[in-house]
Amino acid sequence: MEDEAFTDISGKAISLDCHSHSGFCREFTVSSPKVSVGKVMVYTCCVWLLAYTVFFFTQNTAVLSSAILITLVGMMFHIHFVKVDHESLLVIGSLGIQVSSCYASGRETTTFIEMSKIKDIVINEAIYMHQIIYYLCVLLKDPAEPKAVSSVVPLFQSSKPRLNCLVKVYKSCQEILSKC
Amino acid sequence: MVLKIYFPQCCNRADSGLMVGRWIAGHDSAVVLAVIHYPFIPGQVKRYIQQIQAQSGVELSVLGSWSLPKEGQEGMESFLRDLSTIFPQERWLQINREFGKTGFTCEVLTQDQNGGTTQQEAKKKKKMVEEGDGEAVGDGEEEGEEEKVIFVHYEQKKVMLSQLHPIENGVPDPKADPPSELRQMFRMVANSQPLFFLDKYDDGPLKTTHWQSEGREGSIIVELLKQASAPLCLLISWLLSIWTCFCNIRIFSLYPLRFLSTKLSTCIQLSYRTEHMRTLSSAKPAAGHTQFMRKANILVSLLVDVALGLLLMSWLYRDNHITMLANALVPAADHIAKELDELLQWLMGAPAGLKMNRALDQVLGRFFLYHIHLWISYIHLMSPFIEGILWYGGLSACLGLTFALSLLSDMVALLTFHIYCFYVYGARLYCLKIYSLSSLWRLFRGKKWNVLRQRVDSCSYDLDQLFIGTLLFTILLFLLPTTALYYLVFTLLRLVVVLFQGVLHLSVDFINSFPLFAVGLRIFRSFRLAEGVKFRVLCEEPGTALHLMMEINPLKYGTVVQTYRTPTYSCYPKDSWTALVKKLFVGELIYPWRHKTTKTD
Repeated sequence: MEDEAFTDISGKAISLDCHSHSGFCREFTVSSPKVSVGKVMVYTCCVWLLAYTVFFFTQNTAVLSSAILITLVGMMFHIHFVKVDHESLLVIGSLGIQVSSCYASGRETTTFIEMSKIKDIVINEAIYMHQIIYYLCVLLKDPAEPKAVSSVVPLFQSSKPRLNCLVKVYKSCQEILSKC
Repeated sequence: MVLKIYFPQCCNRADSGLMVGRWIAGHDSAVVLAVIHYPFIPGQVKRYIQQIQAQSGVELSVLGSWSLPKEGQEGMESFLRDLSTIFPQERWLQINREFGKTGFTCEVLTQDQNGGTTQQEAKKKKKMVEEGDGEAVGDGEEEGEEEKVIFVHYEQKKVMLSQLHPIENGVPDPKADPPSELRQMFRMVANSQPLFFLDKYDDGPLKTTHWQSEGREGSIIVELLKQASAPLCLLISWLLSIWTCFCNIRIFSLYPLRFLSTKLSTCIQLSYRTEHMRTLSSAKPAAGHTQFMRKANILVSLLVDVALGLLLMSWLYRDNHITMLANALVPAADHIAKELDELLQWLMGAPAGLKMNRALDQVLGRFFLYHIHLWISYIHLMSPFIEGILWYGGLSACLGLTFALSLLSDMVALLTFHIYCFYVYGARLYCLKIYSLSSLWRLFRGKKWNVLRQRVDSCSYDLDQLFIGTLLFTILLFLLPTTALYYLVFTLLRLVVVLFQGVLHLSVDFINSFPLFAVGLRIFRSFRLAEGVKFRVLCEEPGTALHLMMEINPLKYGTVVQTYRTPTYSCYPKDSWTALVKKLFVGELIYPWRHKTTKTD
């Protein structure tokens, strides 16, 4: 279990957890910073103050109830669909690679890619708005042409770790992939 | 190379015995399907396996031995190795488990071509003896050629019943890749149904453990429905044949009736439902997963439709709702007629400050006013019958809510027939005007449309042609605003009606095509529709093989709806927005919703 100080591309601190279950099975988990209570309180107070001012002028209580409803629904939507808690990559030699994201509400989405479809795992460069960032991705084979790449599956999309973190994961993965 | 063994969870606590299953061709994996317990007669086992092979078409073989020694059952090692000579295989797996420990151990015996047996774990066995405990190392740890083993635990019932998506049916394309390991594994388990009939409580010569061994699972309701479905299907097909004969009577294939039946949405919906009933009442059971899902979806949507229709009927026939509706209809029609009247009077004056051509204005305005007068007298004539019509029309809701909605849409079309007429008159007039204007404009410039070459060519006209042409052009140009305004007003009215009808058709389409059964299956039995699998590492003891738990990753809701949508005569816009606007501008008649019929269109 290693825990150096990694950051993502915008400078927020993230943590990387490498767990080796066996010689050919390793799991990498990148955790994003949690939802900050301060931010939640600031947003809620802003929305409610706005609702109160509108109520002061219109004297319509529906404004207040709708503000409460909007805040609740918005918060639930955010933690269930938007806020990613941690993303993990499980590499099992000769079986495949499993990519999963866990959201703040506990919901987990998982994808498993079989080894026969995987060509390689590489670190790619991309132009993202005004920066050039590095990202780790899985190259999939094209069933028709064995040498061509049919599609690219990017990993750790929400946490976006920086190059030092990616290099660590990359080296570990390549050890396993080269063995099988 | 890593050896993968797919082990069913139900056999985790099975008594010692032989493992029966199959090796997956092309990959280094074995799927264990069942465990046959001691004592057994090897000849009977071989015969049983051949019998199952003949029934299911899956090649079964004895994979190896499984031992979970209870107290007092020690020293089976040599017995187990002797078994490998009775059932000659290329590779023989020996899996051991001890009570109190969660990890399995595996030894692989390979038979090389000379018939001699080499034991892969020879070195490790020595190491085992040296270490003095019963744990052999299954995964890779130093010392030369060691076979690494992964145990993948799967839940047999779920894997057997689930269907991997995207569905690959029929004969696989020889040019495409062979099916992946997972697909092969799923197919193997699904096809091994005959293996799961005997369990360890049966009185046969062999006692096996698999997912049904705690007793065969079944549901009384499902069995009763299956028994009842056969005579029901016969009854429905008989009724359908009578209905088809009735529909094929010569009188119905006369031109006006046939044309009408393609235009009325009730008739279309009727024919559509007849198709559905025909699919449902076919005597053969569904072949394949897609057929089964389609039949189930059709049945569920039919039942929901009828239920909603009955709900509507119960509301309609209660508390004199029909009388209220009928009494509200005639004043509503009067109100619409009055509004149209006022609209026309406004157009005949100076609408929005525009100055109309007086004579043309009066002609068009009077023409349309007379139409409205005819229509309102017709409505007043019909008013005593409206309640009766509504009452009998409401009865059609017992066939389903879709029929009630189609009937409503047809009635709206009939009642607003005058708006449709106005629109057609206005559009035709406008279209004619636009075409003549464009043709005369070309004459004005000295050009002509060449029909042969489909292009504009220059042409020398005579003087009198030019004179008359210019005169007509001027007249038509100055009459254009009046016609354009009438056209605009009636097109807008027509679009409102079309929009309302479109909403009704869309809801009918939605009820027809939404795969309610598939969505229900996804909610309650999510393992049956699988997008893939997911693995979880089970807590391992240090030094044992890697144990993974394979779970089914269910399909996403969007994919479920997309895959299992019943194809319908989908009601969708015929033209894109630009084409529609262009047609409106030129004055061509628009029929915005197109119905895809099953016959030639």
